[in-house]
Amino acid sequence: MSPPAVLVRGLVKRYGDVVAVDGLDLEIPAGVCFGILGPNGAGKTTTMEIVEGLLAPTGGEVAVLGRTWARDAGELRERIGVQLQETVLDPLQTVRETLTLFGSFYRRCRRVEDVIADVGLEAKATARVKALSGGQRQRLAVGCALVADPEILFLDEPTTGLDPAARRGLWDVIGRFQARGRTVVLTTHSMEEAERLCDRIAIVDRGRVAALGTPDELVARVGGEEVVELSTDPPLDVATWRAVPGVREATVEGPVHRLVVDRVADALPAVLSRAASSGARPVRLATHRATLEDAFLAVAGRSFADAEAAARPGEAS
Amino acid sequence: MTEPLLEPPPSSFVQLLLARVRDFVREPGVLFWVFGFPIVLAVSLGLAFREKGPERVPVLVVDAPEAAAARGALEASPLLSVRAVAAPGAADALRRGDGLVLVRPGTAGGAPTVEHDPGRPGAPAAAALAADALERGAGRKDVVSPALVRVDAPGRRYVDFLIPGLVGMTLMGGGIWGVGYGLVSMRVRRLLKRLAATPMSRRAFLGSFLVHRVGLALVEVCFLLAFGALAFDLRIAGSLADALVVGLLGTLAFGALGLLVGSRAQNMETANGLMNLATLPMWLLSGVFFSTSNFPTWLRPVVDALPLTALNDALRLVVNDGASLAACAGPLAVLAAWTAGSFAVALRIFRWV
Repeated sequence: MSPPAVLVRGLVKRYGDVVAVDGLDLEIPAGVCFGILGPNGAGKTTTMEIVEGLLAPTGGEVAVLGRTWARDAGELRERIGVQLQETVLDPLQTVRETLTLFGSFYRRCRRVEDVIADVGLEAKATARVKALSGGQRQRLAVGCALVADPEILFLDEPTTGLDPAARRGLWDVIGRFQARGRTVVLTTHSMEEAERLCDRIAIVDRGRVAALGTPDELVARVGGEEVVELSTDPPLDVATWRAVPGVREATVEGPVHRLVVDRVADALPAVLSRAASSGARPVRLATHRATLEDAFLAVAGRSFADAEAAARPGEAS
Repeated sequence: MTEPLLEPPPSSFVQLLLARVRDFVREPGVLFWVFGFPIVLAVSLGLAFREKGPERVPVLVVDAPEAAAARGALEASPLLSVRAVAAPGAADALRRGDGLVLVRPGTAGGAPTVEHDPGRPGAPAAAALAADALERGAGRKDVVSPALVRVDAPGRRYVDFLIPGLVGMTLMGGGIWGVGYGLVSMRVRRLLKRLAATPMSRRAFLGSFLVHRVGLALVEVCFLLAFGALAFDLRIAGSLADALVVGLLGTLAFGALGLLVGSRAQNMETANGLMNLATLPMWLLSGVFFSTSNFPTWLRPVVDALPLTALNDALRLVVNDGASLAACAGPLAVLAAWTAGSFAVALRIFRWV
């Protein structure tokens, strides 16, 4: 049986007193699209760069394709493709020149025109990088990672800062690569991206894996199918809702009460009549299907926004 | 989707070198620093020292009836250019450098005074010339009368001294800024980290910087020497090939130094500081504009150990004195030592991330 694409055991990375990664375990089977989901500062990028052989861990073990960076760095670099979060490609080179250059680093590489077509930059092949839009630059960055047809593609927040159309364009590129049975490992803090692309997801918080599973499994961890968000005037005690039939869980987030329910259609009338009988008037009411954001809240015990706020400053993501 | 076709890639060294060359020609500002700046310097300095006829020493004399005799004596000298100034502003005119000395008539028919600041370059000689003219005007008879013979053969003028110095300075700037700045800006843009994530040959990468610099340096040396020959009738006493070899060794030394300076800096501010720290002392000490023999003896070993001093010395030996490469062995050994030392240290401490 072939080894897992990535195997991480007890990974630790410290910068002085700051612990960026704190005993993280991961096993990523070959052929899946694996998402590492978490707020800024959770240790996603640090983990990625250790797995990519760019940073040395403080402790723990990392194996990529069954090999270690200490022994097989040269071969591993031939077999993986990497897109880093902050790389600014040389603005004076054209798209074709950039891809030709990256291709020349490998023992074997794809035809540049094929890569250009793959990332949909045919019309921009002779344009300089500085003339590209954000989405086009990001597709070029992914193209640079695809020049040698890697076995694993590592993407660090590939769509952060892109508009929805550019995002979908990049998702298509990633989807086509993955459809050939290749492994994709990506970090994101977009729940939508994780749900859309990933077969398996690790939710990372405070440098550890807080939960692991398929998107559906993680959403199921919320405890119900749907979520009602409600605030009332005057505010009611959150315990009020737990007694309402059909409500599985009730938590407070500022003025908003989040009620996890099996079916909104069943639970909502009971919730509203309970509010009326308590003399409270609903001032805000919204419902949505349980998402990974709800899952994060369920496993991390705090919302994404709170986790990001807590991670600043000293952001060592 | 079908499996992609894989083929053997083009040479990474050639691709890296092409990228360097494209970066260079697509950035017009860099072209000015490499070619325009030294020429502007050479033209302005060359013009300042060229074809003015015999240089006359500027002398100030107080504009007063009792100074008429002294003024006449000074004006009779072919080596002085005399300017009369009103007594109230005379001291200020001397301080401003309108003249190197100020002659005042003696009080009550006494001897005139020659005021000068001996710390100002040329002032003591100017004072001696003024005193000499005053003596002669008062009727002193010359005893020896040595003949003053003017020397203006190519190879012995200031501009002949200056141009090799400008070549050296240009090569230093190109090496340290070109290589160091290029590397640090790639690190700042996280491009070095991205490259480190590929199997790119590190030797090909660093080699592409050095080879690009050497190619550019050969063009720069030829360009400046040709400019000197056309504009100032510079004669290259030695062989052009030897001058190019010296330029090449100098470029390697400065390229390696640029690699060292750029090996760790994480941002442009640090890099700028380090590069100024490396280049400024050599600008001042390495005899670009004047001979290093002006420095006190105790400083000479330091000055002579600097790579720009070695490069300038070797270039002047070949260009001005017609020396062979063997005669430049000393300075060339200094350049080789800087190359090897900088390169070895830079490779050890270089950071990609």
